[in-house]
Amino acid sequence: MSPLFRLGATLALAVSAAAPAFAAELTFWSWRQEDRAAYQEIIADFNKLHPDVKIKFEAFEPTSYNTILSTALAGGKGPDLIQARAYGGLEAFAKPGYFLALDKTMVPELDNFAPDVLAAESMREDGKVYAVPFATQTVLILYNKELFQKNGVNPPESWEDMIAAAKAFKAKGVMPFANGTATAWQNEILMGAFGPSLYGREFNGDLVSGKATFQDKRFVDALAKLTELKEHLPQGFTGVDYPTMQQLFISGRAAMIAAGSFEIANFRRQNPKLEIGVIPGPAAAKGGPRLVSLFVDGGYAINAKTEHRADAIKFIRYVATPRFGDLFSSKLGNISPIKGVKIEDGLLADVARLNASSSPYVMLVNFRYQEPTGSTLIQSGVQKMMAGQATPVEVGADVTKGIAAYYKPFQK
Amino acid sequence: MGAFMPNMSPRLRRPLWIALLLTPALLLMIGFVTLPILSALVYAFYKWQGLARIGFAGFENFRLILFQPPFSTWTYNAFFHNLIVFVSLMVVQNGTAFFLAWMLSKGLRLHRFHQVSLFLPVILSTVIIGFLWKLFLNPLFGLVNQTLVAIGLASWAQPWLGQPSTALASLIVVNAWHWVGFPTLVYLAAMQRIPREILESAEIDGAGEWTRIRRIVWPLVAPATTIVVILTFIGSFNWFELPYIMSGLEGPPFHSTDVLGLYFYRTAFGTVSAALQDFGRGSALAVLIFLFILCISAWWVRILRRREIDL
Repeated sequence: MSPLFRLGATLALAVSAAAPAFAAELTFWSWRQEDRAAYQEIIADFNKLHPDVKIKFEAFEPTSYNTILSTALAGGKGPDLIQARAYGGLEAFAKPGYFLALDKTMVPELDNFAPDVLAAESMREDGKVYAVPFATQTVLILYNKELFQKNGVNPPESWEDMIAAAKAFKAKGVMPFANGTATAWQNEILMGAFGPSLYGREFNGDLVSGKATFQDKRFVDALAKLTELKEHLPQGFTGVDYPTMQQLFISGRAAMIAAGSFEIANFRRQNPKLEIGVIPGPAAAKGGPRLVSLFVDGGYAINAKTEHRADAIKFIRYVATPRFGDLFSSKLGNISPIKGVKIEDGLLADVARLNASSSPYVMLVNFRYQEPTGSTLIQSGVQKMMAGQATPVEVGADVTKGIAAYYKPFQK
Repeated sequence: MGAFMPNMSPRLRRPLWIALLLTPALLLMIGFVTLPILSALVYAFYKWQGLARIGFAGFENFRLILFQPPFSTWTYNAFFHNLIVFVSLMVVQNGTAFFLAWMLSKGLRLHRFHQVSLFLPVILSTVIIGFLWKLFLNPLFGLVNQTLVAIGLASWAQPWLGQPSTALASLIVVNAWHWVGFPTLVYLAAMQRIPREILESAEIDGAGEWTRIRRIVWPLVAPATTIVVILTFIGSFNWFELPYIMSGLEGPPFHSTDVLGLYFYRTAFGTVSAALQDFGRGSALAVLIFLFILCISAWWVRILRRREIDL
């Protein structure tokens, strides 16, 4: 042990001994290492209201976060406060009883959320809320404003417009879209950005109520439309992976990218000069409705076994207030689902406006609870279809068949 | 050592010492190899919710991965790819290695230089190799396609990792490029052990080069072949790092580069963007992979040993 370390340890001990006995320290786990600074500010703001509750933020590598967290929780330990995922990712933790169920007597601020947002952080079996949602993400089309202006192209509103715009860009030597299909989950994003405007507002409800399957004409036709994009994707798009497509858009080589709103902060960081605009997927016919795909990113939960329940609830109530939402949106560049949050940033405000006309990001919201997940199926299905090795009808049938293994309404 | 055990007969002392020296290594092996394998075996018989065991499942997990589509389809698809990888590596990587070793064993000019440069990629980490080749094979700015365009073969430029017809083959070629130095070295060492006089007398008797390779060298390097075949077999069926880095956990495009290692990983641990964590099915898969590799390699070692000749 180095003398310096020993000195530090002694000092730390002295400080903790000097602190008042009632100041419990809560631990807060997250997978967002890059958000550490913002969370420190958020915790500082929380301490203005509750100076007696100390919170220690700890972040872990995203791909192993679930494993680390579940190992700790299974051993009866783990943090007091937990950044959790949504939908099936939440149930994996809520079902074994690791998270504390929240209700409106405990957290009256739950009224600040729309019911479908709370549903993302609830368990389907008991309908109870297990985490306070922190952000929604939108799947839509990002475009490079400068390239559109320079080439005299207007942001497309209908499918026809979009094909015309793509041709115009191609004629000028600009790549219309940055999207490639090599990375599996980007295929779901592709369908998420274009799908809802093509299959319409009612389709998701019909799936859930069991009136429709993925063999429905609306869905199959939407898939078929997607194949028309092939000639406007980068050359060799089946080999273009996620980092490559990001770079194509960031560097201004491509005019548009079907993407999630979570890319915005990252794109701006890498190229601060990039002027990004947002549009929903184009309408099937001129003047038709245009929808974005929407999902809840995750929430903040309380460890059911925490020894500091009262203090943990104080923090959970705080993260459900517009005061937190304002700070969250401005510091982290994400859209808070809390009612009454003011979004200062122009682009994020645009995304929030588009969210008013949305359809759930279909596979994550409805079919990522059991294996094979709808995501696994649609990802390889679209990948195959875009490579010309499956027809839209086959993809619709495969997806339906896969999900039918556990989803009653499809078992006909 | 007498000081520690003064009253013990030498006949007892020796085995005790051996046991004492073996214990630490044995404990480590038990703790970090045997126990995890046994616990995986136990896990495979349970139903899981994340990391929480929620009930006994019997053979259900095994049934799912072997007989219930789409899980079973994925298992056989991945298994089939492992098989292709093994056979291709045997031909492409180890076949090349044998002939490279033969050339090197002749001690031609610059053979030291070639020996070192062949072995150089072996010491690089798979992460570096995978990342480098992924960049080389990028359809837009990759070295491979740009070279093809530059020399007037633009029509040969392909999205190498993006189409099922070339994706797995590309990975195999990269793997062979990475590892070819190792079997080369093993064969070279075996060839150098062959007494010169045997080869020389064969030459005097009028045996051509091909006959000498076939009738003398090949049978005499049989022990090297045993090692190379078994290591390639184990390596092919445990293949993970290269496909993980170059294509991804899902074995894209549409599972055409999926192998058992990737399938096991995403089943047991899940992925951020699609698959859920399932320790039961994952463990069942791990147990089957382990048993398969163990049985086949044990059987194979016996067969290959029989053709080895002692000089």
